[in-house]
Amino acid sequence: MPQTNQALLGEGEAAHRDIAGRTGDGSFVRIDRLTKRFDEVAAVDGVSIDIRKGEIFALLGSSGCGKSTLLRMLAGFETPTAGSIQLEGAEISPLPPYERPINMMFQSYALFPHLTVFENVAFGLKRDRMSRDRIAETVEAMLNIVQLKPYAKRKPHQLSGGQQQRVALARCLAKRPKLLLLDEPLGALDRKLREQTQFELHNIIKKVGVTCVLVTHDQEEAITMADRIAVMSNGRFLQVGQPHEIYETPNCRFVADFIGNVNLFDGTIEAVAPDHCVVATNGGRLTVGHGITGGPGMAVSVALRPEKIELSREPPADRASNCFSGRIADSGYFGRYSVYRVTLAGGMKLQVAITHSERNGDLFVSGEEVYATCQPESLVVLGA
Amino acid sequence: MTSRLGKAWLIAGYFFLYLPIVTLIVYSFNDSKMVMLWGGFTFKWYGVIAHDTEVLDAFKLSLRIALLSATASVLLGTLAAFAMVRYQDFWGKTAFSAHINAPLVVPEVITGLSLLLFFVTCERLFGWPDRGVLTIWAGHTSVGMAYAAVVIQSRLLEMDKSLEEAAMDLGCKPFQVFYLVTLPLIAQSLLAAWLLTFTLSLDDVVSTAFLSGPGSTTLPIVILSRARLGLDPTVNAIATITVAVVSVAVFAGSLWLSRQETRRAQEQAAAYREGMQQVAA
Repeated sequence: MPQTNQALLGEGEAAHRDIAGRTGDGSFVRIDRLTKRFDEVAAVDGVSIDIRKGEIFALLGSSGCGKSTLLRMLAGFETPTAGSIQLEGAEISPLPPYERPINMMFQSYALFPHLTVFENVAFGLKRDRMSRDRIAETVEAMLNIVQLKPYAKRKPHQLSGGQQQRVALARCLAKRPKLLLLDEPLGALDRKLREQTQFELHNIIKKVGVTCVLVTHDQEEAITMADRIAVMSNGRFLQVGQPHEIYETPNCRFVADFIGNVNLFDGTIEAVAPDHCVVATNGGRLTVGHGITGGPGMAVSVALRPEKIELSREPPADRASNCFSGRIADSGYFGRYSVYRVTLAGGMKLQVAITHSERNGDLFVSGEEVYATCQPESLVVLGA
Repeated sequence: MTSRLGKAWLIAGYFFLYLPIVTLIVYSFNDSKMVMLWGGFTFKWYGVIAHDTEVLDAFKLSLRIALLSATASVLLGTLAAFAMVRYQDFWGKTAFSAHINAPLVVPEVITGLSLLLFFVTCERLFGWPDRGVLTIWAGHTSVGMAYAAVVIQSRLLEMDKSLEEAAMDLGCKPFQVFYLVTLPLIAQSLLAAWLLTFTLSLDDVVSTAFLSGPGSTTLPIVILSRARLGLDPTVNAIATITVAVVSVAVFAGSLWLSRQETRRAQEQAAAYREGMQQVAA
């Protein structure tokens, strides 16, 4: 699927679209055609990717897409059926977990309940036969980084969820791993704690400078934490790119739909020019601000993010933009912004998000006739 | 109305459960050779058993066998539980599982009889083992192991598997994972299994009757044979001591457990409050 979709994009857009994410030299972790089958079902299906040193790389997908299996193969808990994993050029797939310079933070944190915070962090260091003084020094330094020094003598159950997570992180980092793996790092936290923790976690990882692979099903988490994201489905990578690339230039319907909210129009291409194209859709004729490699008559989808649409009561003066007329079907007030669903003339429902930039700004009410406009540059053509 | 009826049922239930024990205790202080005839209060039967060498020897033997078989049961039961929980598939797993569970459902008479036949055959062929402590111990262990395996198995199943993975991830070889993480975490169930198999062994009559030889009479066998000769107040006294010891142990144990539980819950709640305050700040 993604291969055919790629062909649709203009050349400028396709330049950074190498699905394998090959970066040439800077490869630190190189995963090559990695496959894991469970009874003939491929959980991970021939995935290749290069991860750079110091990068935070997110595997994003819904449950069962293979992201956790991939992470567990990196940690050494699953043996690949085929393919290779190289760390700094050395093959690591035959090594057991305890011989890999890789540490993993588990979704449940997996803190040892019978040990104190100090002992938990020291656990991995003791296995390295480090001297007592060095261990104490390292543990102290780690607890300082995660700001838990006063809690050293506590047991895990005497800590809040956020603190437990930081202990788990400190325990991993104490081993000075070459690669840090995070399995749904914020999954076990309350909604309110998440936002704060997200930034803290990102800052700590960047401060330490460790290369990191994280697994998440939460697109917001991936977008805010990662330098690069791989969107996974059915054991394969659909798209690899920086967060803004994945969000603004998705390469297929699945990615567009998975990351954030999106309006998808079905249609056929009417005309193609180097810098734009025209698509006849179920929502009307749309001018899209980028060229494509397909020809007229081809079936495509057009993606439009809700926040890239403007609403007005009067028809717009600007003829160049795409304009739909419709009626507000329902609205939701979210404080920072409002979400409207607009029923278009053709019957399609358009989702629109309007930011409240003024305190007493105008709100639309259900049943009102409105005009929705968007710039050609806001639209992206995808494979049907 | 319903609640009053319910209460009546409840009281009837308690009577059913505790009346026989209370009767037994009361009659252990009975100053009459006739068991069911009250002849005044006395401590004399307790004095009698203190000098009854048959009872004392049998008690020592029972204790020794119970200690040995509980320990062996827990060791073997742990291994069996581990094999069942941690290994997805191995050759003959179903048969192994049946073997572990069999002693729980097979009547003890059958277990005792089959073990007796086995030991008799062995003795005829190899001249070993003589029936006695060794055979009783083997019999108790084969039953106790099954109970221990079931208790430990359930604890292993509910244990978060990622704890063991985390240990391995942090550099533990499989054996280190076992004694640094798994063992401390299942310690409570090991203790529970040990106490359970200890009690089972201590009061076992059926298989012991098959497997004991001359000079290896355990306490329950002594009590049984005395009761058969006609009830004797010393039996009541022995039973009362047993009940007292067991109740004190059980009471102390559950008190300790509930205290720990409460403390843990309090600490957890405190940690949560603290965390919430930090978020707010």
